[in-house]
Amino acid sequence: MELAVISGKGGTGKSSITAAFASLEEPMVVVDCDVDAANLFLVFNPQHDEETVYIGGEKALIDKDTCLNCGMCISYCRFDAIAFKNGKVHIIEEACDGCKLCSRVCPANAISMVPNDKSRMYAGRFRYGKMVYGRLAPGEENSGKLVNMVREKAREVAQINHIENIIIDGPPGIGCAVVSTITGTDNVVIVTEPSMSGLHDLKRSIEICRQFQLKVWVIINKYDLNKEFSQQIDEFCKANQIEVVAMLPFDVSVVEAMVQCKSIVEHNPDSEISTLIKNAYYKILQA
Amino acid sequence: MNQKKIKIAIASGKGGTGKTLISTHMFDALMRAGETVTLIDCDSEEPNDKLFFDGKLVLEKDVLQKNAVIDADKCKFCGKCHEYCNYHAIFYLPPAKMIHVIDELCHACGACTVACKYGAVTEKDMMLGTVRQYEIQPHAKLVETRMRVGVMTPVPLIKAGLQEIHNEPWILLDSPPGTSCPFMQTTLLADYVILITEPTPFGLSDLKQSVETLKSMQKHYGVIINRAGIGNRDIYEYLRDEDIELLLEIPFDREIAYHYSKGELLTQYQPEFQKRLLTLFNYLRDTYGTGSN
Repeated sequence: MELAVISGKGGTGKSSITAAFASLEEPMVVVDCDVDAANLFLVFNPQHDEETVYIGGEKALIDKDTCLNCGMCISYCRFDAIAFKNGKVHIIEEACDGCKLCSRVCPANAISMVPNDKSRMYAGRFRYGKMVYGRLAPGEENSGKLVNMVREKAREVAQINHIENIIIDGPPGIGCAVVSTITGTDNVVIVTEPSMSGLHDLKRSIEICRQFQLKVWVIINKYDLNKEFSQQIDEFCKANQIEVVAMLPFDVSVVEAMVQCKSIVEHNPDSEISTLIKNAYYKILQA
Repeated sequence: MNQKKIKIAIASGKGGTGKTLISTHMFDALMRAGETVTLIDCDSEEPNDKLFFDGKLVLEKDVLQKNAVIDADKCKFCGKCHEYCNYHAIFYLPPAKMIHVIDELCHACGACTVACKYGAVTEKDMMLGTVRQYEIQPHAKLVETRMRVGVMTPVPLIKAGLQEIHNEPWILLDSPPGTSCPFMQTTLLADYVILITEPTPFGLSDLKQSVETLKSMQKHYGVIINRAGIGNRDIYEYLRDEDIELLLEIPFDREIAYHYSKGELLTQYQPEFQKRLLTLFNYLRDTYGTGSN
């Protein structure tokens, strides 16, 4: 079974809940698809067996000596990534989308393309099985492609090692990285929190899951910070035939666990929150 | 004397550290002080700033992208567009006389249009989302960029939102999380970036990544620690070792969390907090502001 943990809004507790899920069984494959802000490795401190370079597109580079400063490339660039600066043609690296059109139209062949090769995928071991995760280099796009690569690797690792369950920590938002994280999974858990922002973002997450016809569950984290709002979210989910599989209380020991590089289930196995997470996991597993 | 102007981006690597909390409070504090301010919500995937304010919708613009369309009847199957497309967005099968653009992969760069000598490539408008401008008070505008569900990248929405800057003295940019393209697009214009973090290992790890990115962009930046009191002290050591300015600490407080969850702002009921924020803003403007926005 592949289970992905996502949330529209950031910071609702995806990684803490994923870490808890991943500590419930052995062996497990745990995957961090939040390649833009990977955190799970901090909890599980995996040993790397494999490091793979991920090429996330290209960026244009101008050879100042060959450039005629004719400005032809500027007129073709649709990303406002080239401009005159002190009379010279200059590429704004952060804005370059890597389409290569400037390089193709340049009459002096002064523009070349340089691959973005700073991102990485890691595969290795952690204390309950195997771990695969990606780290996107700053400023790079196409994180959906890196997520695909990470997920393919995770499936391969699971198959070779005969591991049944894959737990995936997803990125926030609803963009391409999220789509790549959830497509083809058996279960998606959306973690939300009782606030206006939480509910607003939950609705968008549900919509994206519906587009891919996925089995969705909801966890309301820190439900006791605003019980009335949690009630409202619960009713919203019921009306949409989605089961709220756990309502977790706010508990500082979740942060204490993180500080000690442990999941909450390891740090405080008998706490209410650990029990609730356990029950939720087995309920999803048996569905 | 001519007052300086400033564009401040509010960002964080980790999600949920309080970007929206800080952005909405900054906006509210400046608005209450009678300043002319524009807040642009650049978190197009999950725009939340508007939830905290009532205002009149004064402008609504659809954001479109010119995706390529290929007419298979006009196509001579020379393969040039396929070669030009750096995103592998053209499905090309000459033996079957099949060719079409995969909309989800098309970046609307125009390369295939340039490549085609037979007039087979035209363009169509793709709806990516909407930019809405609200007047909260006559001197305070909120611009919301909202990506349509199912669209892959928020970057064109962010760009469209940033076009609504018209030399106002205070520009606040609520940035999307992370350090990839959307974050860079937002912070590129900023005179100063406020990084919001929390004193936990996750917060610190993501903060380090944001700092490295801003260093490479040669930006000025400082840090606000939200939920101070939870976690550990590692983040304070990091800030000291790296000589990074700690601008403000907001203690973890169930009371704040409760009010905020209902869409209520501290500045509405704590004049002391309002004063602290304004002192900080004036310092940032005097130190990092410029002549125009």
